Amino acid sequence: MTAAEAADGRARLVVVGNGMSGARALEEILARGGGERFAITVFGDEPYGNYNRILLSEVLANAAAEDTDDDEIFLNPRSWYDENGIALHAGVRVVRIDRHAKVVYGDDGSVTPYDTLILATGSRSFFPPMDGMWAGDTELTPGVFGFRSLEDATGMLRHVKGRHTAVVIGGGLLGLEAAAGLQAHGLAVHVVHPTEVLMNQQLEAEASKVLRSKLEGMGMHMHLGVKTTEILVEGGAVSGVRFTDDSTLACDTVVVTAGIRPNIGLAMVSGLETQRAIVVDDRMRSVDDDDIFVVGECAQHRGEVYGVVGPLWEQAAVLADVVTGANPDAEYHGSRLATKLKVAGVDVAQMGVKTPERESDEFVQFSETGRGVYQTVVIREGTLIGATLVGDVSKVAALTQAFDSRSALPAERVKLLFDLGSAEDAASAADLPDDTQICHCNGVSKGDLVGCVHDGAESVSACMAATRAGKGCGSCKGLVTEVVEAASGGAGVADPADSYYVPAIPLDKPALMAEIRSRGLKSVSAVFEALAPEGRDHVGSKMGLTALLRMMWPDDYVDERDGRFINDRVHANIQRDGTFSVVPRMSGGVTSPDQLRRIADVAEKHEIPMVKLTGGQRIDLLGVPKEKLREVWADLDMPSGWAYGKSFRTVKTCVGTDFCRFGLGDSTQLGIDLEERYKGVEGPAKMKLAVSGCPRNCAESMVKDVGLVAVEGGSWQIYVGGAAGATIRKGDVLATVDSHDEALTLVGRFLQYYRENANWLERTYDFVPRMGLDYLIGVVVDDVEGLAAGLDVRMQEAVDAYADPWAADQTEATPGQFHDSLPLIPLSQVPVRS
Amino acid sequence: MSGRETVSTRLGPVEQIPLGEGRAFLVGDEPVAVFRPRSGGLSALRAVCPHRGGPLADGLVDAELVMCPLHNHQFRLRSGECVSGGGVSGVAAYTASDDDGELVVSLVTPDG
Repeated sequence: MTAAEAADGRARLVVVGNGMSGARALEEILARGGGERFAITVFGDEPYGNYNRILLSEVLANAAAEDTDDDEIFLNPRSWYDENGIALHAGVRVVRIDRHAKVVYGDDGSVTPYDTLILATGSRSFFPPMDGMWAGDTELTPGVFGFRSLEDATGMLRHVKGRHTAVVIGGGLLGLEAAAGLQAHGLAVHVVHPTEVLMNQQLEAEASKVLRSKLEGMGMHMHLGVKTTEILVEGGAVSGVRFTDDSTLACDTVVVTAGIRPNIGLAMVSGLETQRAIVVDDRMRSVDDDDIFVVGECAQHRGEVYGVVGPLWEQAAVLADVVTGANPDAEYHGSRLATKLKVAGVDVAQMGVKTPERESDEFVQFSETGRGVYQTVVIREGTLIGATLVGDVSKVAALTQAFDSRSALPAERVKLLFDLGSAEDAASAADLPDDTQICHCNGVSKGDLVGCVHDGAESVSACMAATRAGKGCGSCKGLVTEVVEAASGGAGVADPADSYYVPAIPLDKPALMAEIRSRGLKSVSAVFEALAPEGRDHVGSKMGLTALLRMMWPDDYVDERDGRFINDRVHANIQRDGTFSVVPRMSGGVTSPDQLRRIADVAEKHEIPMVKLTGGQRIDLLGVPKEKLREVWADLDMPSGWAYGKSFRTVKTCVGTDFCRFGLGDSTQLGIDLEERYKGVEGPAKMKLAVSGCPRNCAESMVKDVGLVAVEGGSWQIYVGGAAGATIRKGDVLATVDSHDEALTLVGRFLQYYRENANWLERTYDFVPRMGLDYLIGVVVDDVEGLAAGLDVRMQEAVDAYADPWAADQTEATPGQFHDSLPLIPLSQVPVRS
Repeated sequence: MSGRETVSTRLGPVEQIPLGEGRAFLVGDEPVAVFRPRSGGLSALRAVCPHRGGPLADGLVDAELVMCPLHNHQFRLRSGECVSGGGVSGVAAYTASDDDGELVVSLVTPDG
């Protein structure tokens, strides 16, 4: 104590402990004007200013990447204390509190009076008693470390150079962080954990298993259900460890992360109530002394001792309210724990309870071990009381919100874990206001749909037909279904037509194909005549039947042009003003000066209003009138790029190995080979592909119907079912193959299976999850059903039957095929950009 | 039918419209789409979709309906009535006939 402090009339506030909770409490107090009210003194027994303990593992890991910035780990620099008029005694340990005299004694002999005292002494590593741990009373055997203080981390950093093997005792959060850090320094890492459940504080057994296999996949060695009994010492340094079964493991580094113990010695010798930690009331005061506050890991509130930061922040805020008088009645009522962390590169989030505790608790569990994803939620009486996410934490924000606010949950609980539709799904469809727009393409509101139900529409499809909701991009269909079902009292009439391949013929795709095959139906009109009720044709069914017949009979399909959509009649994509867009094939997105020159000449000669690069790495000539199409094709002298069909479209590629300094595989050539082979193959919907030469994935392979990525070792990963349009979906890995030829074959086989089994207009992003990835791998890769040879043959037939439509239709296939259909009057022309 | 002078226009051979498709013609100042469904007969509608101006002659056709290629609105070939909802109005229907292999269109409502 100095005379100045006593003289200025301010009350004296002393903080013991300068870790995260002490510093946070100080900041909260200053934020409430505590600087004017108190003369503040801080004791910290580590010889640094306070630092961010959460970043310790980064200190360890980042030093491996040699870009550690020591400044970042300190929460407040020394100057911060000076600026705020705080007397900091770093490196001074407080050894006793005299509560009657209201002074604290430092181990440097100092005596400091207080009016209000804050204990934020934190916690320390727990070192289980075992031989070989200690070299002296307070000194660990060289090579043995805790993982708690900055000193631990820097000591470990100095030690690891040239070391080979580390044993981490304790597979909790800190242990795994330490293990990852050591692995980054090139050490072989063994984690020893006394139970079978890693991170058992946060995770239950199943989640832990997923985490374990991920970590093992990264090369960590796990010894679970095993205890260490002895640290072996040779020449004064660590040489190994011994386990309960008497086996030994040689190592040169041991890290002990067997838990933490609150630092309560000071409180005990000073006569404060301690159990596991210092017992506090709801105002964060010691139950024995209204002038002594406690915060952080050394505080025990209502039986709980918290070891993660969230609760510390909440405690610090309440403490500051009370200490400064900003809100003398503030109370802390405990924290609901929600933690989100990255354990050795694996995302983990956990909140509330780990498993159901009562018979009536609901438990939703999702496990995809192949991908290392495990998710659960626990619901009690309609409220989220717990969630665990490993590997994929994309829903953590919404879950945390539901957990914190105890808000209403979707009736379909699985929606807590997955986006089954648009964001509005989170709220119950019944609760949406009437003016909420449901279909953004056609501007249909909830009220429109509800009105439709009240007007007598019985099925979802009837409402969709009447309002056109869901008839644009289709991504709102799920929500439309919910709204209609809610409006019709939940008893939505299932429309059997939903399972038909096309609306006019009451058969699903396999049954329809069987009928077509057995009756030898080779034209659309023959199919209607034989299979549609009363033989009636149907405008909305023609296109799907045309595609099906062309797939089934590649050589002898009877081509009725009226069964085709206009795009397929004239091999170009119709635009809003009735003109067309022309996209020549540019396999793999590779072009040449000669091609570009020709395209430029054509654009000038025909006064093409817009020349635009497409997303599929090609060039689009927009605004071509129908009657000019053949002339444009002839002048281009390039093949069709099929940018108009429900067909194989394009293969986007990166520059691969030719020029890219990162390329691992010749993605450009593979892309060209794929496109040359499968060009124009028709299917139930369009097929967009990509090939990337390395995992940087510049061609966006993971969001394509089929995407390939070169990986080290000359292999290709084949992703299927990706999308990045109205729906976003990351593709699933179908297979990893070792050669171009295998890649070509497997892609063809997958596409053929898709062509034969997907519903009309069903993109791969719906098809793959509907069939199930494992099933598709079985059929396409492992050939468990013996279909592979047939699929390959039929795909080869499709490839062989290919003819470039632009060359084929240079003479009219039907009278007036290229006559303009909006004659002689100007209509809604697309404005031309200059 | 009153108020409009009945003009019958001969437009050449019926075969210039492929079976099951439509083709566009100019009748006076009026763009007309004439359809030849596989079920037989001929139908004519104003060629412009009332929704966004799409070319109805490019649409798919069955015995009763044509579907505009731009946004899939459907219209009755006989009456021009829009049956696809969404508040789109109907389109004018005209009379088309086959006069011994020649296509004849008049700008009057069929059966009117």
